[in-house]
Amino acid sequence: MKQKSKKIDYSKWGYIFIFPFFASFFIFSLIPLIDTIRYSFYEYYRSGLKEIGPNFIGMANYAELLTSDMLKYAGNTLILWLIGFVPQIVIALLLASWFVDARLKIRGQQFFKVVIYLPNLIMASAFAMLFFTLFSNKGPINSILLSMGLTQNPIDFMGSVLGTRSLIGVMNFLMWFGNTTIMLMAAIMGISPDIFEASEIDGCNSIQRFFRITLPLIRPILAYTLITSIIGGLQMFDVPQILTNGQGSPDRTSTTLIMFLNNHLKSKNYGMAGALSVYLFIVSGILCFIVYRITNDDDPDGSKAAAKKNKKMGRR
Amino acid sequence: MKKKLLSVVLASAMLTGTLAGCGSGGSSSAPADNGGSAEAGGDAAGAEAQTDEGQVINIYSFNDELRNRITAVYSEIENTSDDGTESTLKDGTVIHWIINPNQDGVYQDKLDEAIGAQASASADDKVDIFAAELDYVVKYTDADINVAMPLESLGINPDTDLADQFEFTKTVACDQNGVQRASTWQACPGVLVYRRDIAKEVFGTDDPEEIGKKTKDWTVMKETAEALKAAGYYTFSSYADTFRLYNNSMTDAWVAPGETVIKVDQKILDWVKDSKEWKDAGYFDPAVKGQWNSDWFAAMSSSAKVFAFLFPAWGIDTQMVPNWDGAEGSWAVTNAPLSYNWGGTFVLAAEGTDNPQHVKDIILALTANADNLTMISKEYADFTNAKSVMQAAAEDDSFASDFLGGQNPYVYFTPGADTIKMAPLSAYDQGCVELVQNAFNDYLQEQVEYDKAKENFETAIRERYPEITEIQWPE
Repeated sequence: MKQKSKKIDYSKWGYIFIFPFFASFFIFSLIPLIDTIRYSFYEYYRSGLKEIGPNFIGMANYAELLTSDMLKYAGNTLILWLIGFVPQIVIALLLASWFVDARLKIRGQQFFKVVIYLPNLIMASAFAMLFFTLFSNKGPINSILLSMGLTQNPIDFMGSVLGTRSLIGVMNFLMWFGNTTIMLMAAIMGISPDIFEASEIDGCNSIQRFFRITLPLIRPILAYTLITSIIGGLQMFDVPQILTNGQGSPDRTSTTLIMFLNNHLKSKNYGMAGALSVYLFIVSGILCFIVYRITNDDDPDGSKAAAKKNKKMGRR
Repeated sequence: MKKKLLSVVLASAMLTGTLAGCGSGGSSSAPADNGGSAEAGGDAAGAEAQTDEGQVINIYSFNDELRNRITAVYSEIENTSDDGTESTLKDGTVIHWIINPNQDGVYQDKLDEAIGAQASASADDKVDIFAAELDYVVKYTDADINVAMPLESLGINPDTDLADQFEFTKTVACDQNGVQRASTWQACPGVLVYRRDIAKEVFGTDDPEEIGKKTKDWTVMKETAEALKAAGYYTFSSYADTFRLYNNSMTDAWVAPGETVIKVDQKILDWVKDSKEWKDAGYFDPAVKGQWNSDWFAAMSSSAKVFAFLFPAWGIDTQMVPNWDGAEGSWAVTNAPLSYNWGGTFVLAAEGTDNPQHVKDIILALTANADNLTMISKEYADFTNAKSVMQAAAEDDSFASDFLGGQNPYVYFTPGADTIKMAPLSAYDQGCVELVQNAFNDYLQEQVEYDKAKENFETAIRERYPEITEIQWPE
């Protein structure tokens, strides 16, 4: 047998294995993405079965969106996200620091970790449907309240702004706090135990330990959680859509940006929906950039910033 | 070794067989090169040329109602698969049932997509028959779009073949030039369905005639509502129930043909005003908001305090019967304060169908055959689209319903159908009806001011229909 090449090169397998991803990304993500941006400059929708456009109209879609209620829906989205995020991060921090605290020795840790993560496994739409039924006027929650004598008339949870928004917030909180807890636990476990031990020898109590040691040291991960959650929050759709039957009621106060986008797609208004998507794309892009900077620069060892610093030191 | 050879031979034989099938299918879709392929395909292509019909009938629908009706009346159907997706006809033709739900416009999306590809689709994939609800049938009967075949070009003469149909169902099935392009087996005159036990308790009688006097118009209806309220009952479940009565008596269409202006009818604002009044007076169940939700269904159960519902025949059969949990025969029907029509499923033949003969036969069997329609009325308690049959049913006690305590509902349905005057339809009806109710729901629930509700309606309309330029309110 004759040896074909001296060096065995496996790198072509690497390319072959990543090829399917790039091919599908190109066909199913990149081309539609470029099309979306292209159509955002066109008047292009359907009236019944008649197709109107595409006619090039420049930035008209963008200008019209700015004069529409888009900012109101952005506000709604922000409020709905905050209602869910604030309790989520507080509870997650608390649980994470309890779970990793060596002194508390919580029993059945694994069990609780699984339980708090479970709501995330349910599909958001199924979860919303469940809440819709639970909190409907003649649903089980109202029956319980009535039979306990806590209220005379059934409470119309989904009929008030506060009720609807709280329900959406509670759902988002329940679905995501387990996920955040596990992420923060990983971050806290990454802190060297030496520091905790040293602080205890110095007479630190647990509150001081939390605020002076844990919190500052997990800041990069906290920032990462915050930004990814904002990006997720920007795309909030299924929970409010199902809970309010797509209406964002009452008075459109629970209409999120993506529900607004969905309303345009009812008439296959690709132009307007495209322009809205581009706005969202820009906002998400900025947020992603911030995450990128945070996760790359604050890492004390081996990051770009550290490398730059070293280089500077070396030159000197 | 021999075994292996045998399997190879068998496999290749099967493959050739499959390919041959493809070949003949292809020739029927491309009649232009029939000459060449007929020689190649041999007998198969020859046999097909004789009948000139495709092998597959595709029927698009939004629920299994149409399938149940067609399988019940079309005698050519030999059997239907257990999952309900396929039926085989006696001549070997296969019907594919393609069902997508109406909710959120899913059905129309799928249908529009299929119709859009109709010209380039292969013969077996072409849409042959599709269903459309009254709310959006106009979208498909439009002559300019021409996606639904005129019945006449199928060989159905509306004047003779469909002479027994109710006039209003034929009018709404016509395009703007008056050419009928759709046909339906049902007419949907609405009645008032009430609880016998509540009627006995409050009015001392459950006789439909006596109760009918108390519900004959809105003025009397209000006195009735007051009496019911005094006894602790609600007249209707919510203001959404009465909407169809007002909506149906509109004088003009939401959008006039060829225009892009929505004119909100005075009748709609009357509905808002009356609903507000009735709600404040406590005639509606405050726990129910809108229709088709669990609270609404719960209002049809024995524990509810709702006296009556406004429904056409299909509503009693498909909504009330499954949600009622009390003794059978607890409900009765009588006249509604206004005669109205609610819904109706139209059957349309898709332009470009490759099975015109079957399509014609199905439409005739389903919507024009008096025996079949009588059977549908008896078996499924549907109000069918045949004047003479319904006339007879009103006088025939064998049409009595157990659910209604042995009452023959056709006594009330039939005169209702004669007096129906359909509001003029437009292609925007579905969106307008849905969005105007949503917008004013907030007002009626005291979440927004009246003017804000109007504004919200305008916003929602412009989102749904970008081509709408103006929304006019009555003075």
